[in-house]
Amino acid sequence: MLIVRAVRYTILTIATVILVYPFIFMVSVSFRSRSTSLGNPFEIMPSEPTLNNYERVLNEENFGLYAFNSAFVAIVSTFLIVLLSSMMAFGLTRFQFKGRRIVMTAIIAGLTIPTMMLIIPQFLLARDLQLLNSLPGLIPFYVGTALGFNTFLLCGFFEGIPAELDEAMIIDGAGAWRRYFNLALPLAKPALATTVIFAFLGTWDEFAWALTVINDEKQRTLPIAIALFQGQHSTSWGLVFAASLLALIPVLIVYIVFQRFFVAGIASGALKS
Amino acid sequence: MTATVPPVPRAAAAAGWKPTASSRRSTLAPWAFILPGFIIYAVVMLYPAVQTLNMSLHEWSIVPGADSPWIGLDNYFRAFNDPEFITSLVNAGVYTAVTVPIQMAIGLGLALLLNDHLPGRTLFRVLFYLPVVTSWVVVSLLFQFIFSSSAEGLANSLLIDVLHVADEPTSFFLNRWTAYIAICALGIWKGLGWSMLIFLAALTAVPKELHEAAALDGANAWQRFRNVSLPAIRSAVATVFILLVIGGFNVFISVMLMTGGENDTHVPLTMMYEQGFRFFDFGYGSAISFSLTIIVLGLSAFQYWWTKRKTKL
Repeated sequence: MLIVRAVRYTILTIATVILVYPFIFMVSVSFRSRSTSLGNPFEIMPSEPTLNNYERVLNEENFGLYAFNSAFVAIVSTFLIVLLSSMMAFGLTRFQFKGRRIVMTAIIAGLTIPTMMLIIPQFLLARDLQLLNSLPGLIPFYVGTALGFNTFLLCGFFEGIPAELDEAMIIDGAGAWRRYFNLALPLAKPALATTVIFAFLGTWDEFAWALTVINDEKQRTLPIAIALFQGQHSTSWGLVFAASLLALIPVLIVYIVFQRFFVAGIASGALKS
Repeated sequence: MTATVPPVPRAAAAAGWKPTASSRRSTLAPWAFILPGFIIYAVVMLYPAVQTLNMSLHEWSIVPGADSPWIGLDNYFRAFNDPEFITSLVNAGVYTAVTVPIQMAIGLGLALLLNDHLPGRTLFRVLFYLPVVTSWVVVSLLFQFIFSSSAEGLANSLLIDVLHVADEPTSFFLNRWTAYIAICALGIWKGLGWSMLIFLAALTAVPKELHEAAALDGANAWQRFRNVSLPAIRSAVATVFILLVIGGFNVFISVMLMTGGENDTHVPLTMMYEQGFRFFDFGYGSAISFSLTIIVLGLSAFQYWWTKRKTKL
């Protein structure tokens, strides 16, 4: 039994080292000066550690602005995604009405479409709606592409709320909105937490769409800024990784604080990032 | 899923209401909840989906209001006679064929190792899942650096100084297949944690009593896995398989950032992106998008049918 356990831990530790080493490596390089960034890759502690890369990212490279842009888009989009998808799920599961099946089919059909496939017509749509090159213009696209999955996820959850609870509230004279706010939302808290996490991470990290529609340097979000950083400073890997690690901080906070919801959300919804 | 479940009994009917003015109001109530979101969804997702097909059948002019002649299936004939598109499909196929089985095998292995009341289990799980939550942009740049052509790059230094299987540093990104070693390594590293987590969730749901009963009957660890765990997680395995294949064919950011499609390393989405936003050939780009979607949907349908058939036997 002891041997089995020892073997188990050995394998798990090896797997951990392999999976985590690239991150350690990234941290290490971010503390190296430009001339030593390509030093011995197995030397974790840099010989002359420096904060220079972090200072440059924070002071010279507009990092604060890009972080603000990303946070603005991610927070507003997340709020709208959670609000609108929970409303849709409530409407679809708590009422019986004509057209329900059509809406449901349209949502499920949308789940099979990879978002990238739509990028050309979406680009023309954004042009016609005057939403190109605008930071707030990203929001309707982030919200629209996330609604299908999140509505689907929440529908599964709302369906489990017993109809008797609705009836009891109706007898007490509660309208639909009160049942939505006072019954459905409080009971769906774990599912809503999952929605918040996926919506936030998805919009904070979104790259392809922002790269396509944003030209103005002042409107850039972090992922584009980091990718373009690498183009401009292709030899300054320390700088690129310092910026990447700073951008990772909110993701890690959200992930570590809510990691138990990740398991629940993934098990119920099965989402590929 | 929802389509087969009987809808929640109509609340109004259950409360014994007769059809009156108020029930007419209740037929409007659901739309007040659905429409705000559904309108955005329809404009941003459904309309572009239809538009992709429409554009692919035209020689699309990027000038607003200009004439875009209907050319039928010409863009599709062009795509399937375009060696670059065929190459991109082969690349995506190779990427999928390499990354999916490895991710599933290692993911399942790690899930089995963690499926116990092991001290430190949560820590391992959190660490294994870390690459999944890190953005594609960051990890693509990281792997570009790890596989850099210099002898001091992590991969080269591993091959030369540690494993002694090479004498000269390899310029990974200058050759189609060595580039795919790096791209696949990234895909596996980033995706592992995801399949592990789903398998772990499925394994946790297997009743402990079944394992105990099998152990009492003298089944060894392999037999218990084969006859108790595996049948219980079969649908999770099928789901992971289908979703990973879809994801594999839709690989985009890593290829775009690591090679930009140079040296025959395009995948369909990077090629579509180049046709659309570098050459502004929107009609051709749309045809590539639509072909890819149909191919992937066809594959998923086949996998679904195949796993259903296997489960019945």
